[in-house]
Amino acid sequence: MNELWTIAEQKNGKLKSVSFELLSRGRKLADEMNAKLCSVLIGGPMKDETLQELFHRGADMAYVVEDERLEDFIVETHSNVLTDLIETYKPHTILAAATTSGRTMMPYVAIKVNTGLTADCTELAIEEGTNHLLQTRPAIGGNIMATIKTPNHSPQMATVRPKSSRPLPENTSRSGEILRVKLKEELVDARVKVLGIRKDEEEFANIEEADVIVSGGKGMKKEENFGMLRDLASHFNAVIGASRDAVDRGWATYPHQVGLSGKTVSPKLYICAGVSGSIQHLAGIKTAEHIVAINSDPDANIFQVADFGIVGDLFEVIPALNKKLEMEKGGAPDEI
Amino acid sequence: MNIIIPIKQVPETSNVKMDKEKGTMIRDGVQTVINPLDLYALETGIQLKEKFGGKITVISMGPPSATKALKEAIAMGCDDAVLLSDKKFAGSDTWATSYTISQSIKEMGDYDLIIAGERATDGDTGQVGPGIAAWLDLPLATYVSKIEKVDETELVVERLVEEGYQKLQMPMPALLTVVKEISHPRLPTLRGKKKARVSEIPIFTAEKMNLKPESLGLNGSPTKVVKIDFPTVTRGGTVVKVEGETGVEEAVDKLLDFLKRKELI
Ligand SMILES: Cc1cc2nc3c(=O)[nH]c(=O)nc-3n(C[C@H](O)[C@H](O)[C@H](O)COP(=O)(O)OP(=O)(O)OC[C@H]3O[C@@H](n4cnc5c(N)ncnc54)[C@H](O)[C@@H]3O)c2cc1C
Ligand SMILES: Nc1ncnc2c1ncn2[C@@H]1O[C@H](COP(=O)(O)O)[C@@H](O)[C@H]1O
Repeated sequence: MNELWTIAEQKNGKLKSVSFELLSRGRKLADEMNAKLCSVLIGGPMKDETLQELFHRGADMAYVVEDERLEDFIVETHSNVLTDLIETYKPHTILAAATTSGRTMMPYVAIKVNTGLTADCTELAIEEGTNHLLQTRPAIGGNIMATIKTPNHSPQMATVRPKSSRPLPENTSRSGEILRVKLKEELVDARVKVLGIRKDEEEFANIEEADVIVSGGKGMKKEENFGMLRDLASHFNAVIGASRDAVDRGWATYPHQVGLSGKTVSPKLYICAGVSGSIQHLAGIKTAEHIVAINSDPDANIFQVADFGIVGDLFEVIPALNKKLEMEKGGAPDEI
Repeated sequence: MNIIIPIKQVPETSNVKMDKEKGTMIRDGVQTVINPLDLYALETGIQLKEKFGGKITVISMGPPSATKALKEAIAMGCDDAVLLSDKKFAGSDTWATSYTISQSIKEMGDYDLIIAGERATDGDTGQVGPGIAAWLDLPLATYVSKIEKVDETELVVERLVEEGYQKLQMPMPALLTVVKEISHPRLPTLRGKKKARVSEIPIFTAEKMNLKPESLGLNGSPTKVVKIDFPTVTRGGTVVKVEGETGVEEAVDKLLDFLKRKELI
C-alpha cells in the first residue's frame, strides 16, 4: 500500500500543532488515493502516550527516530535521517510544514533524493488516474496561484503553510502502530553545533502560527501607541504584527514584520490599524482568512482586501473597541 | 575570505505577466531589479570583506539582461561577477536552478562562504539556497539574522526561528541564507558605478560548465506548472465610515457583529 507521510515536529517531548494540521490534510489525500497515512517524527525522546495523539488526529502509523542528538533541528543530520527513511520505506508523498525547519530540510532532502518540491502550498489534491499530487501555491506576492505537479519523480514533496488547515477533532478511539527506527551513527553530521537559543521578549512571538494577529503601521504614530494594540490583542490571544515602516521606526521588532521582506501569515483573523496596504504588505497577508482594517483614509489600499473595514481615526476606534470587548468579557457571567 | 553570492534578477513591480501555456513568466518589457532580499546578502558579504579582506563573486542565472543586476552588485562593492546564461536553462525550477548554480560554483573553486537571499520575490520559494548547499554538501544555516563571530575556519551565527534566535557554530566553507534583520544595504558608490561600467562579465553556458543536459531548464525540472490562476484582488468586504461622535460606537458595534457572525469571538 502506498504511504503518505507527514512530518511531525516536536519540542521538549511535546508535539507541535503543525503536526496535526498536516495530518488533517494528509488524511483527506490518503483516503482519496487509498494510502496509509504515516506521521514521521525525527526528534528528541518521545513518550508512547504523547505519540498517541498522532493517531487520534488521523495518522494510521508513526515512524519515530528519537535521540537526544535530534532534539534540536540541525538540517544536515535531520535531512540524512529523512533521506534514509525515504530510501528504505519509499513513501508516495511527503508533506512538511512550511516552518523554518520544514523550509530548510525539505529543499535539502529533495536534492538528495532527486525529486521536485513545491513550497508553501495552500491547496493539495490528488490527480485522478495518476495519483500525482496537485500542489497549489501563491507566487509573485500572492498575485497568482500556480498548480504544480511532479509527474516523473518520486516521492511527491510539498511544504504547507502553517495554519492553512485545521487539525481534525481528537478521536481517542483511533490507534496505530509506532515503528521506532534507531538512529544510525553514520547519519549524524557533527559539523554544525547548536549553541543555544536567545529570546528578546518573554513571549517570543511566533507570528506565523498565530490564529489572530493585530498589526500596526505608520499610522500608529509612535511606539507607546502599540500599547492599545496589545490591549486589543489580549482579547483575542493574538500576536502583534507590524508593517515595515513600523519596524524600521523601532516600534516593533523584525520578527513581527509582516509582508514581503518579513513573514507571510495565514491567521484566521488579521486586524490592522494605520496600515496603508502596500503591495509588499499585502503579499504577506493574502492568505489570511479574515482581514479587518482600520484606517482614516477611505482610499487606502488595505480596504481592497479587507473583509471588514472601518474608515476612521484609529485613536478613537481602537479604544472604543477595547472598551466594548472589556465590557463583553465582564458582562458575560450576567448573561448566563 | 572568498565569498560567493548568488543573486536573482526579478521584475520590479508585482505587475507580472504570465505565459499561460508554459506557466512561466513573461520577462520582456518589465523593469527589473536585484531581488530586494538579495541586497541583504550583498551587504553582509561586503561587510565581511571590509573586515577580513578577500573577494566577492556574484553569480546570477538568467537571461543576458541579468548583467544589469550583476553590475549593480559590483557598483555596491562586489569584485567579480559571472552570468550563467543559456537558452537551455530557461524554465528551470528550484531543483534545476540549484543544480546549475552549484555546478558553476564547483567550476570556480576556492571559496569560504556562500551567502544567498532568504527567497526571491517572484518565485518566492526559498529553496534555491538550501538546494545549493545540498548539491555541494555544505553545512547550511537559513534565516540568519546575525553573524556573531568569524575566524579563519569557523562561524557563529544566529538564525531567526519560531522559538527565538538559534545560535549555531559551523565550519567553513558553509552556506548562509539571510533575512532583512542582518544588515542595511548600502547604495552603489560613484566609484563603484564606474568600475561596474567597465567590468566585463563572463558568461557561462551549459557546455562551458560540463552540465548534464538532462538536468537543465524546463525539461530537466522535476516540477511542472500545470495551471495558473489569478485570484481576485478585492474581497468585496463591508466598509463602514465613522462620522461624528456616535459614528465610532456604531462602527465598533458593526465590527463586533461581524466578528461574532464569523465566530471569531
Ligand atoms: C523590497 C521591499 C520590501 C518591502 N517589504 C515590506 C514588508 O515586508 N512589509 C511591509 O509592511 N512593507 C514592506 N515594504 C514597504 C512598503 O512598500 C510600504 O512602505 C509599507 O508597507 C508602508 O507601511 P505603512 O502602511 O505602515 O505606512 P503608510 O503607507 O505610511 O500608511 C500609514 C497609514 O496609516 C493611516 N493613518 C494615519 N493616521 C491614522 C489614524 N489616526 N487613524 C487611522 N489611520 C491612520 C494612513 O491613512 C495610511 O494609510 C517593502 C518595500 C520594498 C520596496
Ligand atoms: N536564477 C538565480 N540566479 C542566482 N541566484 C538565485 C537564482 N534563483 C535564486 N537564487 C538565490 O536563491 C535565493 C532563493 O531564491 P528562491 O529559492 O527562488 O526563492 C535567492 O535569494 C538568491 O540568492
